[in-house]
Amino acid sequence: MKLIIAVIKPFKLEEVRDALSAIGVQGMTVSDVRGFGRQKGQTEIYRGAEYTTNMVPKVRLELVVEEGFVPQVIETVQQVARTGKIGDGKLFVLDVHEAVRIRTGETGRDAL
Amino acid sequence: MNATCKIREKLAALGLAVFLAAPAWAQDAAAAAVPTPPTPDKGDTAWVLLSAVLVLMMSVPGLALFYGGLVRAKNMLSVLMQVLTIVAIASLVWVGWGYSLSFTGGSPYIGGLSKAFLSGVDATTLAATFSNGVYIPEYAYVVFQMTFACITPALIVGAFAERIRFWPLMLFVTIWLTIVYFPIAHMVWYWAGPDFLPTQPGDHGLLYGWGALDFAGGTVVHINAGIAGLMGCLVIGKRIGYKSEPLPPHSLTMTMIGASLLWVGWFGFNAGSNLEANGVTTVAFINTFVATAAAALAWAFIEQIVHKKPSLLGAATGAVAGLVAITPASGFGAPVTSIALGAVASLVCFFFVSTVKNRFGYDDSLDVFGVHCVGGIVGALATAIVADPALGGQGWFDYTVMPAVPGTYDMGAQLVTQAQAVGITLLWSGTVSAILFFAIDKTIGLRPGSDAEREGLDINEHGERAYNY
Repeated sequence: MKLIIAVIKPFKLEEVRDALSAIGVQGMTVSDVRGFGRQKGQTEIYRGAEYTTNMVPKVRLELVVEEGFVPQVIETVQQVARTGKIGDGKLFVLDVHEAVRIRTGETGRDAL
Repeated sequence: MNATCKIREKLAALGLAVFLAAPAWAQDAAAAAVPTPPTPDKGDTAWVLLSAVLVLMMSVPGLALFYGGLVRAKNMLSVLMQVLTIVAIASLVWVGWGYSLSFTGGSPYIGGLSKAFLSGVDATTLAATFSNGVYIPEYAYVVFQMTFACITPALIVGAFAERIRFWPLMLFVTIWLTIVYFPIAHMVWYWAGPDFLPTQPGDHGLLYGWGALDFAGGTVVHINAGIAGLMGCLVIGKRIGYKSEPLPPHSLTMTMIGASLLWVGWFGFNAGSNLEANGVTTVAFINTFVATAAAALAWAFIEQIVHKKPSLLGAATGAVAGLVAITPASGFGAPVTSIALGAVASLVCFFFVSTVKNRFGYDDSLDVFGVHCVGGIVGALATAIVADPALGGQGWFDYTVMPAVPGTYDMGAQLVTQAQAVGITLLWSGTVSAILFFAIDKTIGLRPGSDAEREGLDINEHGERAYNY
């Protein structure tokens, strides 16, 4: 099992979610996050007072899938979330040791 | 511009005046030995009462939301609470001694205490308007003017928002109303009324006597509050983090609602100030409408040029600047000149808010000085121009004769008079406000501790939070 973390542009969330559902992803966890990378930040001006916010709002998806499914998920997210402009986000893949479904107590791939 | 009279005492004088004013009718009228008191027009009375409600709406919730949206979420309730409580205090102070000090005779600088706690005012007493023989119930005039006393000190709090203790501010407001607002209201607005000025030519406030034109309160309300705010922010000092960390508005949605309520309520403020529902009322009404539109648009345009984007906050600020600037001119100008006035005032305010403030580094948190004082000065001076009958303005009326006649208009002389009225207001309000802020700061203290300021005034001053998610 692998944990895939995707940090993407907020307005791409629905598209990515639809695309992942279409290839059979059963569930995911989504959070609103802030951060920065090469995309430095945005400038806000309030009555002439300029604030450069160095944190940019992003959405972070977490989903755990079977190992064989990983390349397809990564390819889908990478293609759908891409705008070609700076700040499109990143994907990380981590090993997962165990998973448990709380309702039934099932473990491993049965819990996904 | 407004007047009251003790109608019972002056009834004889009034009867005589009407008698003289209508000689053709005099032979018949002479038979009626005892003149009856004028009956207030129901339309005028309804309009003034409605206007009072509109001006109250400008304070709560209009100004409260306009300001509240501009502060950070941790200080939202402090601003709302300050505005609400100031309205409550000012109403009571107004009934207690404010109305009397503002609108009874006495000296050119301040009235007397003969109507303290509204002594002698009842359902039958009357207040003068700007037309010979036309009156409204005095209570209507008391409440209408009361709403102006409510909003003026509430405007000040924006200058030092996010760093002020609640009760010391309320103490300031109570004293400030008494020694700054009431004298200036008296100096600008008190006069004996059109039926009595001919026989009592000296019975008026100082600036009224000079011939200063202030239709709805450019000097009394906006310059007055704006300069007091500047003094407050200088005495109290900058917010922690000013210029070193972002202090962005927490909800421009609230600010938009507030600005919109101000625009709507301002029709009561300006058109209501005519005290009658007549043609001049409609002049003030349309001027208030279009000057504001021009000012909002002008701010959006200048931002497009300077910052490449037109912001909502900018357009809303421009609208308020336009409302402020048209206030003294509203019943004097014409729609086309009002449009120009609004646009010019907006650009001048933009310059003060975005450039002058940064150059000098004073932390006028919500731009009370940059919008209200500066916009008020532009409006007060421009009133001399737009009031000129040669430009379609209303000119001025000579009330020392009966009936009143249009006076000879001299734009240059009027401009000088307007500048003098602005100067007196800046000097009196600026000096007294600075001393008062300083005295309260050095005795009981105006500013919360730095931990309280960082954590927010809502939780520290009021024990609550605006938003519990």
